Amino acid sequence: MISKPSVRGRLCTALIMVFLYAPIFVLIAFSFNASNSRAVWSGFSLRWYRELFGDRYILNSFYTTIAVSVTAAAAATAAGAASAIGLHYMRRSWRTSLLFINNIPLINADIVTGVAMCLLFVSLKAFIDFELGFGTLLIAHITFNIPYVILSVTPKLYGLDANMMDAARDLGCTFFGAIRRVMLPEIMPGIVNGAIIAFTMSIDDFVISYFTAGSRSETLSMTIYAMTRKRISPEINALSTLLFISVLALLVVINIRQKPAAEQ
Amino acid sequence: MSNNGGAAKRFFGPRAFAAPYVVWMAAFVVAPVVFVVIYAFTSGDGTFTAENFLEMGRFVSVFARSFWLALVSTVICLALGYPAAYILARESRRVRRAVIVLIMLPMWMNFLLRTFAWMSILERNGLLNRLLGAIGIPPLDIIYTPAAVILGMVYNFLPFMILPIYSVIVKIDRSLVEAAADLGATPRAVFTRVIAPLSLPGVLSGVTMVFVPAVSTFVISKLLGGGKEILLGDLIEMQFRGTAYNPRLGSAIALVMMVVVIVFMYFMNKFGEGEEGVSVL
Repeated sequence: MISKPSVRGRLCTALIMVFLYAPIFVLIAFSFNASNSRAVWSGFSLRWYRELFGDRYILNSFYTTIAVSVTAAAAATAAGAASAIGLHYMRRSWRTSLLFINNIPLINADIVTGVAMCLLFVSLKAFIDFELGFGTLLIAHITFNIPYVILSVTPKLYGLDANMMDAARDLGCTFFGAIRRVMLPEIMPGIVNGAIIAFTMSIDDFVISYFTAGSRSETLSMTIYAMTRKRISPEINALSTLLFISVLALLVVINIRQKPAAEQ
Repeated sequence: MSNNGGAAKRFFGPRAFAAPYVVWMAAFVVAPVVFVVIYAFTSGDGTFTAENFLEMGRFVSVFARSFWLALVSTVICLALGYPAAYILARESRRVRRAVIVLIMLPMWMNFLLRTFAWMSILERNGLLNRLLGAIGIPPLDIIYTPAAVILGMVYNFLPFMILPIYSVIVKIDRSLVEAAADLGATPRAVFTRVIAPLSLPGVLSGVTMVFVPAVSTFVISKLLGGGKEILLGDLIEMQFRGTAYNPRLGSAIALVMMVVVIVFMYFMNKFGEGEEGVSVL
């Protein structure tokens, strides 16, 4: 666009930012509160940070969340990238119908995906001896992550010059060699982007986990949900503050590192 | 090349990269949907029935309330999100990057927790009412009303409206805007006749990305609505994990929701080409 936005326009955007950050500010502020009230300030304290590191229940659900998010994002990234390549070489009609199925978990409400997988697992229990737990949780997360990776990698494949692959083959590369040396470096930004989206989706998911984890595995979201029925311990505020600050630091580092590249 | 060799090549060719995925999706995307359909159309003894759908008649008010609240939230998100995206798209590259990161960042704070934080802001003795009390305004009773639920929906889903609209507007060719202006279009005409039509795909995907989670939420209604007036999400949740255990009715409602969403998406796709995902970095 040509003209810069007006002061009034910028003020409106700033107000939206205030709206987005108000609860986050409240959460962070009350992680340093001396009492366990979430509306009355009774002085600065690091009490909840200390107690957090002694709380097995919260730490365990945090570890479950990290384990499932990292594993699911890694598996979904590998599977998603490979299948995006496979889909790219398919006949158009096949690709269209497979991408329609790929979109089902994306367009469906989380609760529908969650109860559908819950029904599958519960029905399978009649034939195979297993319990809902970390395994089913992981399967569910991989399943809803793969579509994001595919959607992130596919546009990069369209941008790839097909002649490059042919040239590599002509110069004696095997098909796998050409994929590794020519295609992968080109589509890598899409793969990385897909991995980050997958990891974010897994970390933030509550609804699908809630229906697929059974009673033996609990993610952080599920712990928080269970707590909202009674009282949320400010330890959770402390943990979220630490997570939030880590992500913020990570983004700042990435942005500083990318700036020279972007300005070239 | 022999026929056999051709088949082998076809099997082991690049397309085979998608084979594990096809198997996985059949098992964990298609099969669950099939189970939902089976459960929705059978009774306890496994015979075909439409009973589960007839039973939904009792919950017409829940359907109406869910659609109404989701619609209001979507309209508010559009009214806030479109101008924000439009203003953002006109900023310099550096400002744009920073603001996009700022919009994505809250998603890293657990959404249950963010919604819960609104409880402590909106409560009768909460932060907002203390603030209002300090400047002499009588307290507001927002918590546990439909207004609080709408606020929670707008809060949680607004980024999903801003980001797709932004990513479409920012790609609009500047020369189109310049050409329109050169040919005598007023700024208003430039907007209504060039920018608005070109940003329609972003609006459509934003509307979908807000409406679908809003119509199916059960967390926001429980936390901010107090669980008195249930929504569709609550109704489904109750059939699977709650007191009213009845997965067959739950499946029927989920199936209706799925069909509505797919039909909705079909028409959306007819209007605008689907947008690719938004980049995080």
